[in-house]
Amino acid sequence: MIAPAIPDRVGRRWVALAMAVLMLATSPSVAVEPSEMLKDPALEARARAIGQALRCVVCQNQSIDDSAAEVARDMRRAVRERLAAGDSNNQVFDYMVARYGDYVLLKPPFKAGTLLLWLGAPLVLLVASAAILVAVRQRRVAAPPPPLSERERERLRSLLGG
Amino acid sequence: MTRRLLFLLPLASLALMAGFFAWSLMAGRDPAAIGSVMVGRPAPRLDLRALRDGDKPLTDALLRSGKPVIVNFFASWCTPCLAEHPLFTRLAQRDGAVIVGIAWKNKPEEARAWLAKLGDPYLYAGLDFDGKTGLDWGLSGVPETYLIDGTGIVRYHFRGPVTEKDVTDVIIPFLKAKQ
Repeated sequence: MIAPAIPDRVGRRWVALAMAVLMLATSPSVAVEPSEMLKDPALEARARAIGQALRCVVCQNQSIDDSAAEVARDMRRAVRERLAAGDSNNQVFDYMVARYGDYVLLKPPFKAGTLLLWLGAPLVLLVASAAILVAVRQRRVAAPPPPLSERERERLRSLLGG
Repeated sequence: MTRRLLFLLPLASLALMAGFFAWSLMAGRDPAAIGSVMVGRPAPRLDLRALRDGDKPLTDALLRSGKPVIVNFFASWCTPCLAEHPLFTRLAQRDGAVIVGIAWKNKPEEARAWLAKLGDPYLYAGLDFDGKTGLDWGLSGVPETYLIDGTGIVRYHFRGPVTEKDVTDVIIPFLKAKQ
């Protein structure tokens, strides 16, 4: 007989635990290369925060920090150049929007054109809760059932074995 | 009666969604098309070294000459650029279009060899080796083409290769209208 790879229950449990720990320990991959990073850790941290919020324009739904695309690398470099030149985070976002439009922001801005996007889901939630509230109230207001007749009482007693 | 109508609500929303999906599929709607914010705005800065030896550097003045200009970003490593290249050659030779070619992230000797082999339709050719000019123009890759009117305003933008249809429907009328 071939010896099983994991002989007993206890061993199996340890393997499961180890796998869970390994899975949680892995961080999402980041495409930022060490050579791109800024020397100042505070500036680099800001560059990362901005990079996570900017969309790589050729990858549909990936931030520039997560993408290995050429244009994403250029954008990361531009973010760092702007920060090193003394721009605020908002100025860096404006710089990118001036070139690529609102599309470049992973979190769309709140304005007339995006009202439905931002308020649509809360609106549906509000309308649905109102509908449920009204339905529940109506049910509560509904008249209580009429009392049992003498025949029904008799039958109930016999069913209950009384 | 109103209760009955209420039962139709899910069906109605389903029909609404089906209608939207059908329209999305049939109307040729492309959710990946992101357009360009440059259209309608003055062309971004142009300040590039020339691709060909002995040429003068490329500057903004090229885009405000009173004549419409085509700005085409290309690279010798880019296959779609190869596909659109004959159209630019024809635009330059037959229609006398002023075309500015910008080699994006391309080794200059490779870009020059590519043009030597295929023919060079560019009246002006620049080199954007590190992609900085591309970023200023809102470029996402190559090929991309911008049509700029005589006053330096970007009027059209093509992301990806220009097609025969683009040439006859947009580019030729654009060149003729402004001349």
